Amino acid sequence: MSKPAFAVVVERHGPTVLRVCRAVVGPDDADDAWSETFLSALRAYPELPEDANHEAWLVRIAHHRSVDLLRRRGRAPRPVAALPDRPSPHGNPRPPEDALWAAVAALPERQRLAVAYHYLGGLPHAEVAALIGGRTDAVRRAAADGIAALRRAYPEDDG
Amino acid sequence: MTDPLTLLRTDDADRLTALTSRLAAEAEREGLLDLAYRTVDSPVGPLLLVATPEGLVRVAFAVQDHDAVLAGLAVAVSPRLLPAAGRLDPAAQQLDEYFSGRRDAFALPLDLRLTGGFRRRVVERLTTIGYGRTGSYAELAAAAGSPRAFRAVGTACATNPLPVVLPCHRVLPSGGSVAAGRVGGYAGGAEAKRWLLGFEAAHR
Repeated sequence: MSKPAFAVVVERHGPTVLRVCRAVVGPDDADDAWSETFLSALRAYPELPEDANHEAWLVRIAHHRSVDLLRRRGRAPRPVAALPDRPSPHGNPRPPEDALWAAVAALPERQRLAVAYHYLGGLPHAEVAALIGGRTDAVRRAAADGIAALRRAYPEDDG
Repeated sequence: MTDPLTLLRTDDADRLTALTSRLAAEAEREGLLDLAYRTVDSPVGPLLLVATPEGLVRVAFAVQDHDAVLAGLAVAVSPRLLPAAGRLDPAAQQLDEYFSGRRDAFALPLDLRLTGGFRRRVVERLTTIGYGRTGSYAELAAAAGSPRAFRAVGTACATNPLPVVLPCHRVLPSGGSVAAGRVGGYAGGAEAKRWLLGFEAAHR
C-alpha cells in the first residue's frame, strides 16, 4: 500500500470538504475555508500515516481552519441574509439548493455543526463530539434535530 | 421528491476545478508544490508533463498510463503533487512549437533525478543527435564512454524519463531506419517513434 498523490485526495474528497465548509462558515467564506483546509492538509500530508482515513482527517482539518477563519473575521458564521423564500409562483424563485443552504445557515450552531460533520462530512457521532465538545448522545440528537428542521423547512413537496 | 440531504450533496464541478487551481497557486507560493503536472495534446497523443521546482522531471505517453505514472511519482519523489498549469507553461509552449515544426531543440530546466549513473550519462548525451538525424545504440554507448554497453544504452533509452525533450526516438538499432521499417522499441510505441522520425525528416 502506498500513499496516493495529493491530487487524488483533492479529487476524491474536495466535494465533501466544500459541503462541510459551506455548512460551517456559510457560503461566502466556504471557498476560503476549503483552500485553507487543503493547504494545511498538503503541508501535513507527507507525515500522514498510510492507513489514515483521508476524509475524516480532512473534515477535522476543515473544522479547525473554519474556527480560525471565523475567529479572524470576528464573528459567528453568517447565515444567508434571511430565511429561505419559499419558491413563489411569481417572480424568480431561488434555486432550491440556495434555499436549502439558507435553511442550514439558520440552524442553531450545534445542530448545524452536527449536520455538517456527520451527515455531510461522514464523521461518526463520537468523533463529532470529540471535535465540537459535548456527549455523543447529545451530538447525535443535535444532528437528528437539525435534519428534522431541514425537512420541515424544505418539505418534499415538489414531487 | 428530493430529500434535503441529496440536494446538499450536489457537486459543483466548476467551482471545484477553480478551487483546485487556486490551491495549486497557493501551494506554489508556499513552497509546498513538489510536483506540478498537466497534459498537452500532441500528434502522438496526449503527453503528461510533470515538473519539480528544479525543472521538467517526467514526460509520458498515454500508452504509459498517466495515472500510473503519477502514482509512481507520488511514491518515488513526493506525494505533494497537484495539477498546475503555470509551472508547465514553458514546456507546453516549446512542445507546441516543436510539434508545429518551429523548434528543433528544447531550452528548458530539466530535473534528471529519475535517472542515474550510466543511464543518466546516456540520456544526457541524447541531445548530441541533432534534429532530423539518427544515431545507433552502439554510437551512443561509445559517446557515453562504454562502447560495449549498447544493450545498457537500449535500457537507458527505454527508461528515459523525458522522451521527446531528450530525443531517444533518434536512436535506432544498427542498420535500422524508417525506410526499412526497423526503428526499434520506444516508450511511446513504435508508431509514435516512426511518426517523430518522419516528422523531423520532413522539417529538417
